[in-house]
Amino acid sequence: MAKIFAVVIILIAIASAVPIVMHWWPMPQDISVHGTLIDEQYADTMLEAGISFLASQFLLAFFIWKFSAPKPGERVKNFPGGAAGLVAAAFLLVGTEVLALGVFGTKAWASVYLTPPAANAMPVQVQAGQFAFYFRYPGPDGKFGPLHADQISEANANFFGLDTTHDQDSKDDIVAAELAIPVNREIHLLMHSKDVGHSFYVPELRIQQDFVPGLDVTVHFTATKIGKYEIVCTQLCGLGHYNMKAYLEVKSQEDYDAWIKQQAALQ
Amino acid sequence: MSKTKNFAVVLSAVVLVCCGALILGQKVNAAGEGKITGTVKLDGTAPHMKGIDMGKDPFCSKAHATDPGKMETYVVGSGGGLENVVLYITEGLTGPAASQTATTEPVFDQKNCMYTPHVLALDVDQKFKVTTSDQTTHNIHPLPNPMTGNIPWNQSQPPGAAPVEKSWKAPEVIPVQCNIHPWMHGWFVVVKGPYATSDSNGAYTINNVPPGSYTVTAWHEAAGTQTQKVTVAAGGSGSANFTFKAK
Amino acid sequence: MHDMSAHAVPHGAPTSFIRKHVFSLDHKVIGKQYYALALLAALIGMALSWIMRIHLGWGSFAIPGLHLLSSTGAPGNVLTPEYYLQLMTMHGTIMVFFVLTTAPFAAFGNFFLPIQTGAEDMPFPHFNMMSFWVTFVGFWVLIASFFVADGPTLGGWTQYAPLSAIGSVGGPGQGLGVVLWATSIAIFCVGQLFGSLNFITTTLDMRCKGMSLMRLPLTAWGWFITSVMGLTAFAVLMPACILLILDHVAGTSFFVASNLVINDQVLPHSGGSTLLWQHLFWFFGHPEVYIAIVPGMGIVSHVLITNMRKPMLSHRVLIYSMAALAVLSYMVYGHHMFVSGMNPISSLVFSFPTLVITIPSTIVVLMWLGSLYGSKLRINSASLFALGFVSMFISGGVSGFFLAQPSIDIMLHATYFVVGHFHLVMGVAAMFGIFAGTYFWFPKMTGRMMNETLGKAHFILSFIGAYCIFMPFHYLGIAGNVRRYQAFTDDYLIPLIPVHKFITVAALVTGFAQLIFVYNLIHSRFKGAIASDNPWQGTSLEWSTATPPPHNNFGDKMPVVYHDPYQYSVEGASADFIMQTSPEKINSPNEEK
Repeated sequence: MAKIFAVVIILIAIASAVPIVMHWWPMPQDISVHGTLIDEQYADTMLEAGISFLASQFLLAFFIWKFSAPKPGERVKNFPGGAAGLVAAAFLLVGTEVLALGVFGTKAWASVYLTPPAANAMPVQVQAGQFAFYFRYPGPDGKFGPLHADQISEANANFFGLDTTHDQDSKDDIVAAELAIPVNREIHLLMHSKDVGHSFYVPELRIQQDFVPGLDVTVHFTATKIGKYEIVCTQLCGLGHYNMKAYLEVKSQEDYDAWIKQQAALQ
Repeated sequence: MSKTKNFAVVLSAVVLVCCGALILGQKVNAAGEGKITGTVKLDGTAPHMKGIDMGKDPFCSKAHATDPGKMETYVVGSGGGLENVVLYITEGLTGPAASQTATTEPVFDQKNCMYTPHVLALDVDQKFKVTTSDQTTHNIHPLPNPMTGNIPWNQSQPPGAAPVEKSWKAPEVIPVQCNIHPWMHGWFVVVKGPYATSDSNGAYTINNVPPGSYTVTAWHEAAGTQTQKVTVAAGGSGSANFTFKAK
Repeated sequence: MHDMSAHAVPHGAPTSFIRKHVFSLDHKVIGKQYYALALLAALIGMALSWIMRIHLGWGSFAIPGLHLLSSTGAPGNVLTPEYYLQLMTMHGTIMVFFVLTTAPFAAFGNFFLPIQTGAEDMPFPHFNMMSFWVTFVGFWVLIASFFVADGPTLGGWTQYAPLSAIGSVGGPGQGLGVVLWATSIAIFCVGQLFGSLNFITTTLDMRCKGMSLMRLPLTAWGWFITSVMGLTAFAVLMPACILLILDHVAGTSFFVASNLVINDQVLPHSGGSTLLWQHLFWFFGHPEVYIAIVPGMGIVSHVLITNMRKPMLSHRVLIYSMAALAVLSYMVYGHHMFVSGMNPISSLVFSFPTLVITIPSTIVVLMWLGSLYGSKLRINSASLFALGFVSMFISGGVSGFFLAQPSIDIMLHATYFVVGHFHLVMGVAAMFGIFAGTYFWFPKMTGRMMNETLGKAHFILSFIGAYCIFMPFHYLGIAGNVRRYQAFTDDYLIPLIPVHKFITVAALVTGFAQLIFVYNLIHSRFKGAIASDNPWQGTSLEWSTATPPPHNNFGDKMPVVYHDPYQYSVEGASADFIMQTSPEKINSPNEEK
C-alpha cells in the first residue's frame, strides 16, 4: 500500500505539471502594454511554485516509499541538520524567494495602479449594473455631463441618468453598449456601479478591477492589438452574473473615428 | 356505513347544484352582454424612437441584424393609430361582471430580446404565461409596489425553459424588465373587469360588457390616461375614441 | 505551575436518556454531537456540490426529483441560474461553517482536549452544552432558508454587500434568505464563542498535575491556538451579521451607498460603505481559513508521530509555527481584496505579510517531511490520510504564491484558480485531517475499530479523486475561467467545457467514495472489532484511560504526567513508547527540562 501510494503521489505530481508545461490551457494572449510585467511575474512564480511543488511531493513520496517498511530492530534516525537546519532553510530559501517575488511584483502592480494616466489619455466612463455594462464617451466638448441617479431610466434608454435638456455637457455625450477604443492609445477608464458590486475583467488586457457602489474607481491601459475581446463580470452580482458581459473592440484610429461618428448619430 | 352513504349523496347533490348554478349564471350573463369599441390615435407626428444597441449579447444583435431594434414607447400605425393603449372600465361595473375573472391565459413572450406584447393587460387573478423563444437567457423581473399586495418576483428563463405561470392579486400598472438585457422593458397592466388593448391601427374592442353606463379609461405608458363616459345597450355596443398627445 | 488545575463544575454521571445523550454536559457526548452534526452537514454540502457539478458539466440534464427541493428553482428538474447560485451559497456556507469549523475544532477538540490536558471536563459544562445546541439551532435556521418563498440567498458564502443588503430587489433569496443566513451565522458565532472560551480555559486552567503547556500534545496546541483565533474572529463576524440584518429589517444603511438604482428605482438607502462589509468579513474570513486548518495540522502531526514511532523534529517549532500562522492570519486578510477598489497601496501592504505567511507554512511542511525521514512508518487509514493531508497542503499552498501577489491576482482573482486553491488547502486538506482523526480516534470514541480495508479504499479513491477535481480548477483559472458562473457562454470559456465535464465525473466518483466512509463509520460503530485501550500504542493521555473513557474521563484517579507527549523509540527505555503517565525515568533528548 505504501509503495502504491508513493507511486500515486509521483504520478499525480507529474500529471499535474503536464498541462502547465505543455500550455494546454494557457493564459489568454496579452494585448496590453503593462501585461508583459504581469506575465513575467507569473512565469517566475510558476517556476518557483512548480519547483517547490514537485520537490516536496517527490520528497514526500520518496520518504513514504523508503521508511514505511522498517526492518525489525531498526532504529529511528533523525534528519541530518535537525529542526534548526530546516527552519534556517525555510527562512533563507523561502524567505528570499517570497521577498524577491514581492519586491519584483510591486513593479508590475505599480505599473497598473500607482502610475497616473498620461495627460492625453482618452477618458471613457463605464457603468456596471445588473447585468450589463454601458460606456459613455464625452463627445466633441471633451466633458462628461453630471449623472442623476433619479433620472436613470432603462425604460427610456437613459442608462446613465443624463439630463440632456438641462445639462449642457451631457448633450453631446455618447452612450454605447460596447467599449470601442483606438489601438495604441492610453485609455483612462472611469468606473462606477449603478447598483451592486461588479467587476471589469478583460483577461487579454490584463485588467481586473471591481466596481464599488458609491465610489468612483479608475484604471488605465493601452491596448496594442486590433480585435474583439470579451469584457466579463467577475464579482457575483446576482442571477445574471454569468451573462453580464460586453465587448471590447480595439480598432484602428480611422475605424474608431468612423464608429464614434456613427454612434453620435444614433443618440 | 349508512352515514357515509348519506354524506356522499348530500355531497354530490351540493356539487351538482353548484355546477348548475355556475353554468346557468354564465349563460344569463352572456345573453345580455354588449361591447365597447373605438380607436386610439396619436395627435401629430410620432416621436422619434431611439435605436437599441444590443451589442452586449451576440444572439440579440444577430436576431436584429436586418431589422434594428428600437424603443417601443410610442408605436404608431399608418393612420396615426396608437398601439399598446389599455382600455378598461373604471366606473359603473356592478354584479358578477365586476367580480368575474377572465379565463383566457395570455402569453407574454420574450422574442428576439424584446417583449411580445410590449404591454400585457390582465384581469386581477387572471393567469398568464411568460415564455421564451430565444436562445439566450432572460430574467423576468416585474416590480410591483408591495403595498398593493402584488408580490415582486425575479426569475431566469434559460433557452428552452418551461413557461412561468403567474397571476396578479391587485389592480396595478407594473413595469417589467429583463436585467440581463436592460433595454427589454414592458408592462403588466392589471385591471378589474373587462379590458382591451389597442392594436397596431389603434382599434380596440372591450367584450363582455353588460348593459349600463360606464367610465372607460385609456392608459398609455408615456402619454398618460384619459377617460370617457360610454353607455352600452343590452346586446349592443358603445363607442369611445381617444386622442393622445405625445409627451 | 504544576498544580494549578481548576475543577469543572461538578456534575455526576447522568441517568436519564435526555441528560445522557441529548442535553448532556459531558464534553465527550458534546464532541460526538458536533461530529454527527458535521457529518450531516457534510453530506448535505456534498449533495449540493454534486447537483452543481452535474449542472456545470451537462446544463440541461434533468436530475430526477430535484423539483421537490424547489419547483421554481428547478422546473423540470433542471436548475435555474439563480438556484444554482443559491445552492452554491449554501454549499459554501454549510461546508465552511458547519463542517470545516465544527468537525476538526469543535468535535474532536471537545472530545479530546479535556482528556489530553488531564481534566475531568471543561470548566463550563453548561456553556459547552449551549455551544452545541446554539450551533445546532444555527444550522437549522440556515437549512430553513431552503423552504422559504424565494429560497436561500444567492450572494455567495462571502455575502458581499450591497447585493446582500438591499433586499429581494437584488434577486431571489436576497430578502428573507439573507436575513436567515445572517441570523444563522450570528447564532453560529455565539456557539463558537462559548466553545472558544471553554477551550482556552481548559488549556490554561484545567491541566492535570505535571502537565506543563509544553507537555501538551500538538493537537491540544492546535485547538488552543484555534480557539484564540475563534474568539477574535467570530467576535467580529457576529456584529457584522447583526448590522447586515439591521440593513434589512431596520432601514439602516451600514453597507449600502447612496443613490443605487435597480429597475429604474432609487433604493431607499444612503451613506453606507460597500467596502466596510468586505473588511469586516475578511477580518473574520482569513482567520477562519486557519481555524479550519490549524486543528488539522495538530491532528495530522499527532497521527503521524504515533505512526512514525518518533516525535517531530521539534515540538516547539511546530507550536511556534502554528502560533505564527494565527498571528499573521489577521494581517493578511486584505489579500482577498486586492482588486476590490481599496487603496492600491494597501494591496501592497497586505501582500507582504501574505508572502511571509508562507514561511511558517513551509516550516510546518518541512517539519513533517523531515520527521518522516528515518521513521518507522506504519501505513494505516489514519496515517494515509495524514500523509494525504501533507500532500494536499503542499499543493494548495504553492498556489498561494500566485494569489499573494497583487499583480498576478489581477489575472487570477475570482477565477477557478482561487476556487482550486482554497478547496485544496482548506477544504480537502481539512477534510483529510478530519478523516485521519476519525480513523485514529474512532476506537477511543466508540470502543470499536474501523474497517481498515474499507478505510484504505476510501483513502486512495479520495486522494486521486480530489486531485482530479481540484488540479484542473487551477488550469481553468489560468485560462481566465471566472468562478460563480452557472454556464459558460462566453466565447473564450466554451473551449473549457470539456474540462468541466471531466471534473464533474471525478466529483461524482469521489463523492461515492465518501459513502464507503459513511458505511464504514456506521457499520463499525455497531459491528466493528472491540478496541483495546491503546490500539495504536500511543503516549498521550487519551490512551491511558479506558476505551471508551468513563464519564469523568479518568475514573477515580486523576492522571499525573511525567513526560513530554511524544516519547517514542527512546534509547534505553523499557518499551517502544513511554506514556505520559508512566513514572519510568528516561533519558530522552526530546524531554523538556
